Amino acid sequence: MKKTVFLGALTVAALAAGAAGAATLDDVKARGKLNCGVSTGLTGFSFPDASGEWQGFDVAMCRAVAAAVLGDPKAVEFVPTTGKTRFTALASGEIDMLARNTTWTLSRDADLKFTFTGVNYYDGQGFMVPKALGVTSAKELDGATVCIQTGTTTELNLADFFRANNMEYEPVPIETNAEAQQQFLAGACDVYTTDASGLAATRATFENPKDYVILPEIISKEPLGPLVRQGDDQWADVVRWTENALVAAEELGITSANVKDLASAPGDNPEINRMLGTEGDLGAMLGLSKDWAVNAIAAGGNYGELFEKNIGENTPIGLARGLNALWTNGGLQYAPPFR
Amino acid sequence: MSDTHAETVLFVRETMLPQQEPPSSSTGAIGWARQNLFSGWLNSVITVVAGLFIIGLVLHIVPWFVSPTWMATSLNECRDMVTAAGHTDGACWGVIRERWQQLLFGFYPPELYWRPVVALLMLFVAIAPVLFSDFVSRKLLVVTAAFPFVMPWLLWGGTVWTPVMAALGFVIGYLVFRGFSGRVAGGLALFIAAIVAVLWWVLLSGLVAGAFASVLPLALTEVQSRAFGGFMLSITIGVAAIGCSLPIGILLALGRQSDLPLVKYMCVGFIEFIRGVPLITLLFVASTLLNIFLPPGTNFDIIVRVIIMDTLFASAYMAEVVRGGLAALPKGQYEGADSLGLNYWQAQRLIIMPQALKISIPGIVSTFIGVFKDTTLVSIISMFDPIGLSNAIRANQAWNGVYWELFIFIGAIFFVFCFSMSRYSMYLEKKLQTGHR
Repeated sequence: MKKTVFLGALTVAALAAGAAGAATLDDVKARGKLNCGVSTGLTGFSFPDASGEWQGFDVAMCRAVAAAVLGDPKAVEFVPTTGKTRFTALASGEIDMLARNTTWTLSRDADLKFTFTGVNYYDGQGFMVPKALGVTSAKELDGATVCIQTGTTTELNLADFFRANNMEYEPVPIETNAEAQQQFLAGACDVYTTDASGLAATRATFENPKDYVILPEIISKEPLGPLVRQGDDQWADVVRWTENALVAAEELGITSANVKDLASAPGDNPEINRMLGTEGDLGAMLGLSKDWAVNAIAAGGNYGELFEKNIGENTPIGLARGLNALWTNGGLQYAPPFR
Repeated sequence: MSDTHAETVLFVRETMLPQQEPPSSSTGAIGWARQNLFSGWLNSVITVVAGLFIIGLVLHIVPWFVSPTWMATSLNECRDMVTAAGHTDGACWGVIRERWQQLLFGFYPPELYWRPVVALLMLFVAIAPVLFSDFVSRKLLVVTAAFPFVMPWLLWGGTVWTPVMAALGFVIGYLVFRGFSGRVAGGLALFIAAIVAVLWWVLLSGLVAGAFASVLPLALTEVQSRAFGGFMLSITIGVAAIGCSLPIGILLALGRQSDLPLVKYMCVGFIEFIRGVPLITLLFVASTLLNIFLPPGTNFDIIVRVIIMDTLFASAYMAEVVRGGLAALPKGQYEGADSLGLNYWQAQRLIIMPQALKISIPGIVSTFIGVFKDTTLVSIISMFDPIGLSNAIRANQAWNGVYWELFIFIGAIFFVFCFSMSRYSMYLEKKLQTGHR
């Protein structure tokens, strides 16, 4: 009898602990800080600057969520993660969300039990070659030596691409991007392949970037986005709609400069009013304050501003919007209605 | 009688001639060179070829090193400066100027840099009486005893009462041991003392520290472990692992030779298990696996976890090094100790260990150096040791593509530490040399 009571108490305790663990939103509010997993260093997406402040496109995502939930874009504890530690860090609850250029795949979604809340950057694998090679298309790369990072999906994509096009290649296995740059510059391989954003960032550091071209073919889909633990839909909604708010803000012309003005009084556009909380109370449905979207946008700007500031064409990385343009401009960034 | 000859010869030298200088061709630099570099045609050829090689190397490297890029703020600016100075290739030292503090202290708040610096200076004071017992007063051993408690306080901050209470636990344990040692067996007294000390740490010390803190709140600003990085992190982990691994390693080595099967097989099992597993695996266990096993919300500091794993790893190797020293002692030493009527611990302390450790010095110091250098592996579990930081610095587009300058800086600092350890071990060997060779 005593034993059953004890076991029952244990079950209740475990359930209570499980329920407490599930309500990430409440945890974050109680803690007053968002624990956000980022990369230990990826050009343009997340890196510490000289004063130790984290910067980058993924980092801006964390700050927007922190601003939406806590009203303060600085209330983030950045937890640097490597490719090997990122998923355990999220699964174990060490971080509340992961914004670390992680590709959305079926197995990560279903098998690793995460929920991807959207895509903040559509990437894809590309090729870079020296201009002197005279190659204009990846289809002409038959017999090339290719620098490739081992143990990544890029390696598998490369094999698939060459097999599908009936071509031969000789892989030069390398461990890190740093090593790849050196090998490629030293002429150890004709072609360097990795995500197109990485290629652009790498090319920008070369002494003579004009001597190298990035081929037009993109041979894989790499939708990168933030993710949270499966089973806490409220928290997933918060992250998802913060991201949507940034995209919708660009579409509606709300910027970090004019957001405070627009939020001070209801305007002509009802969708802007609903989003910024001057009409209705969408924030309450998410469990957030009325001005959640205002804070998120004011944190760093709308999606377009973040893109331009961190990785856009005026930065040294110089990525074009491409697939990441708004749907109105022929891209894929599309936010569901705020209603 | 001896004078008789004096009349038949014209001259007899009665004093020694003063020694003459050796011919100038065999003294000084020229003589040395003739003897060592040009002592035959083969050696002469080798000398000339090697000399040309070294000159070529220096001519290549020195212009690269002497590069006017100290004030640059990005790699491209470096390149412009190098071109402006008329060179084709040069180092980009701007990255060191901008990030040297980060490489040394990680993300530690700049206004608190004095704390790790004081901790490092105190480390030197603390180890001086141990390392150089001939020159340094033994009174400084007080600092050595206090160091393990003061260092964490300086680095992590928080209330002063936590380290004080931690130290008090040892005092309590010692007093209990003294109280019991006359009445019960030595082992039992030690056991009771350990239990009391652990009870103090687990149950009471927190409360008492809290009470003291509310009366006299002496505290330093707390710094999160995540702010640790660079050489500060390497040295913290390295010093803790080195300091703990030697005593644990000695105990393990003794345990492995013990006659008690339980003790023996536990030690053998531990040593062989740890030595059979790569360090990186243990670090992954520390960083990820423990997170899953510990209840959610537990805050078990990541640096402490890494220090524990590093210590376990180092002590297994240390145990084998010390065992090598023990095995090298002739059996007569053990028997001699027995015949003097010394008990086990007395024999170990007075006769066996001083000799065994002396034999093991090169191995022990090698292990120390290895442990210190292995701390760079923590970059894989996303901690910012110098190597991890160099990657993070490169992730900044301004410095993307800077390799050699960062690695040379990191390598130079590691070299200073490791080379000093190595030189100290040679000094110690010489000092303890008793001339049996």
